[in-house]
Amino acid sequence: MTNKVGGIIGWVDSRLPVIEFWEAHLSKYYAPKNFNFWYFFGSLALLILVLQIVTGIFLTMHYKPDAELAFASVEYIMRDVNWGWLVRYMHSTGASAFFVVIYLHMLRGLMYGSFKEPRELIWLFGMMIYLCLMAEAFMGYLLPWGQMSYWGAQVIVNLFGTIPVIGDDLALWIRGDFVVSDATLNRFFALHVIAVPIVLLGLVVAHIAALHTVGSNNPDGVEIKKNKGADGIPLDGIPFHPYYTVKDIVGIVVFLFIFALVVFFAPEMGGYFLEHANFEPANPLATPEHIAPVWYFTPFYTVLRAIPNPFWGVMAMGAAVVVLFFLPWIDKNVVKSIRYRSTLYKVNLFVFLVSFVWLGYYGVQAVTPMASQMALRLSELYFLFFAVLAIYSTQRSVGYYIMWFIVFVGLITIYDVYRNNPEIAELTWKTWIIPVAYLFVTLIGAAFTNLDQDKPVPVRVTS
Amino acid sequence: MKNIVKLICVAALVSSSSSWAAGGGGPLFTMHVDVHHQKSLQRGAKTFVNYCLSCHSASFSRYNRVAADLGISEQNMRENMIFTGRKFGDTMTVALTVDQGKEWFGAPPPDLSVKARARGANWIYSYLKSFYVDESAIRGVNNLQFPGTSMPHVLWEYQGLQKLAAKDDHHGDMEKEDSHGGGHGDSHASPFEIAVPGTLTPKEYDAMLVDLVNFLVYLGEPAQLKRQGIGVGVLFFLAALGVLAYFMKRDYWKDIH
Amino acid sequence: MSEHVVDTGRRKMLTVSASVVGAVGAAVALVPFVSTMSPSARALASGAPVEVDISKLEPGQKIQVEWRRKPVWIVRRSDEMVSLLSSTEERVRDPNSDELSQQPEFARNQARSLKPEVVVLVGICTHLGCSPTFRPELAPADLGPDWVGGFYCPCHGSSFDMAGRVYKNVPANKNLEVPPYKYISDNLIVVGELEEGAA
Repeated sequence: MTNKVGGIIGWVDSRLPVIEFWEAHLSKYYAPKNFNFWYFFGSLALLILVLQIVTGIFLTMHYKPDAELAFASVEYIMRDVNWGWLVRYMHSTGASAFFVVIYLHMLRGLMYGSFKEPRELIWLFGMMIYLCLMAEAFMGYLLPWGQMSYWGAQVIVNLFGTIPVIGDDLALWIRGDFVVSDATLNRFFALHVIAVPIVLLGLVVAHIAALHTVGSNNPDGVEIKKNKGADGIPLDGIPFHPYYTVKDIVGIVVFLFIFALVVFFAPEMGGYFLEHANFEPANPLATPEHIAPVWYFTPFYTVLRAIPNPFWGVMAMGAAVVVLFFLPWIDKNVVKSIRYRSTLYKVNLFVFLVSFVWLGYYGVQAVTPMASQMALRLSELYFLFFAVLAIYSTQRSVGYYIMWFIVFVGLITIYDVYRNNPEIAELTWKTWIIPVAYLFVTLIGAAFTNLDQDKPVPVRVTS
Repeated sequence: MKNIVKLICVAALVSSSSSWAAGGGGPLFTMHVDVHHQKSLQRGAKTFVNYCLSCHSASFSRYNRVAADLGISEQNMRENMIFTGRKFGDTMTVALTVDQGKEWFGAPPPDLSVKARARGANWIYSYLKSFYVDESAIRGVNNLQFPGTSMPHVLWEYQGLQKLAAKDDHHGDMEKEDSHGGGHGDSHASPFEIAVPGTLTPKEYDAMLVDLVNFLVYLGEPAQLKRQGIGVGVLFFLAALGVLAYFMKRDYWKDIH
Repeated sequence: MSEHVVDTGRRKMLTVSASVVGAVGAAVALVPFVSTMSPSARALASGAPVEVDISKLEPGQKIQVEWRRKPVWIVRRSDEMVSLLSSTEERVRDPNSDELSQQPEFARNQARSLKPEVVVLVGICTHLGCSPTFRPELAPADLGPDWVGGFYCPCHGSSFDMAGRVYKNVPANKNLEVPPYKYISDNLIVVGELEEGAA
């Protein structure tokens, strides 16, 4: 910053460090040159955040947070407000798009170990953003005041009621009434349009600030700051601007293309983005035949349903989210990228992904004996991923693997015996094989094969 | 990228058939919805204002919007379709109050503005085809699609009255106890037979219903008439911008590779 | 970063054209957002033309109707009131209705109306938007001996004659607005709509 800039920019810069900011975060922020497809989703998430805020502001101008008027005001936006339908569809599609992008963004972190030292804080802020998004989406979904809005909120708020001792009072306090009502709608509106967005914005700033402090990870999981040239610039780094700005613009246009496909040609997305039952006004006296949460909540919803006891179901659902926070301390393997991780890790991550998606699938299906068996098995796989990861993220002895194999199989079997009844006995023992086979491959495989061997990590990025 | 688009399309297709499945026990008849068939919408609108709008409102929808979207002139609309002394720019409400509705029908007739989005076209189409004579019902008719419905068969003059067909090809008119759930749509044999013929043939009646349901689908989301057209424009623009952005990116990245 | 020569002309061309196309797209994308704030179909419908039956309106009387949520006055002026309009000619600021925004073309006459006896006015003071009072009486105590009937705004004392023409030396500087209107029969006025072909 030795070269002084004149003009308006210079005038401002001597009072506010705009140039310094520009350089620190864009033109002299050195990012690894080997970002791939998976690195688009951060900037896309930011784009959607802006889109949601802008469309949200315009919707707020016409929406009425009143149980008597809310449903009609949404239809008013869809019909009477000029272009209101477009703004509303952008907002509703944006909500789902947000989760698509965030899930892919999180998967990227899992694949390339972006949560590991020194990026633990980035991961934690990211998880908090994810939690906020869930709260934001849940409360936003009440606002159209359709049947799904109403009963979805009723069910979710009642989850808090399962907490021992304080549960009922807590649920009552959240609703501000004995059932979900006008009071609930009004406060959810306030939280949805003001409180949560402010927290969200703060967290996003923290997320990016933390990222720009330690620098970006990359598909090779190599720290580019360890290889600097004579000028102090990482050899494998390139300035974010212009190289990644022009690249992200391509990603943004492609994203907008897909986004427009949905907004203009399938805004209901066959009932997944806008559920059919939500076109019935909320009726506190009649529950729809089939309540399913919006798709982005369904994996956790299935975990909830997998356990018959309401309290433990809620705990399991909560744990399924909370366990993600601890990932940086669960996976202690120093190898970051999946490219150099062991075969077993790849299998493990793949099974985890399949379980997650499959859990989501069961969340929109009606409950059958088979479905509830599978829900439990998939939930077990979901949690075992973390357990197994903790066990073999460092080298262990054969005995250690075998011991944990026996412990986990034992626990699962004990629970099966405990919950078993003659009606489901066959299904129980047929599906018992699923978690056991998984444990056998991942733990016994680690004990007796070298499939758990990581590959050597290169010093410089590879492409 | 392509795969993702494909995936989205497949998801949309698969889901659109599954998530509406819940319903009554009757067979689900299917119809082809075409909201861009203006003549059909006009005929449907005519049926709607004559037979539905006396009890059901469409209170989010305005006469002038319907006229503009369906190519109906203001004069035609005022003279032939607005019966209630409402103004051209008013919403399609009914004089029937919620309390009257409860008193007369047991439940207030629902607003039909977004009914087609909630129930789906096929459900409404099947519902209107599935009235049958049932002496035990209060109104003398029941509905296989929505058993115990409190709506009278408003279009009976056109369809005539049907009764449940005897299950195993008996000719007699003997009333068989109706066993609901006689097949789920895929059974091509109609569960009904005509008891009193109407002024329309079954084919003509179906065509009338198709027009009416078409109109209801339009009513559910008036913006859909122009939404896709605008979408095509947006996609073309984004495609052009995408090509430019891609070449720009490639040019800059020559520095790196 | 690298040694090979960059074709700066091509790069500049690509950057500029992508920026221009992108900016055009962004500008077009603004249109829907901006237009959501224009009056909606509901606002337009409630601002639709209003039919008024004036058969029961006696000379010297005023009725008020609502059009676009604004008060609209319809006054049937007596013959005396009409003739008195000539007497205020010198005292009003814009006797010939030269301010085109304040009335449709057909009302640019002394009576500012289609028929001399019936005047239709938007009842909002052209100063700061209060609604003036109707004072048809001659020379009342509070308005002085020169008052020949008209409209008086209590907020800031602006006054208008029986054709809604603003007097000189009052805060308001424009005549009261005449809304578009037409007769569909002798006693039926439609406020908010002009005769076909009329400007």
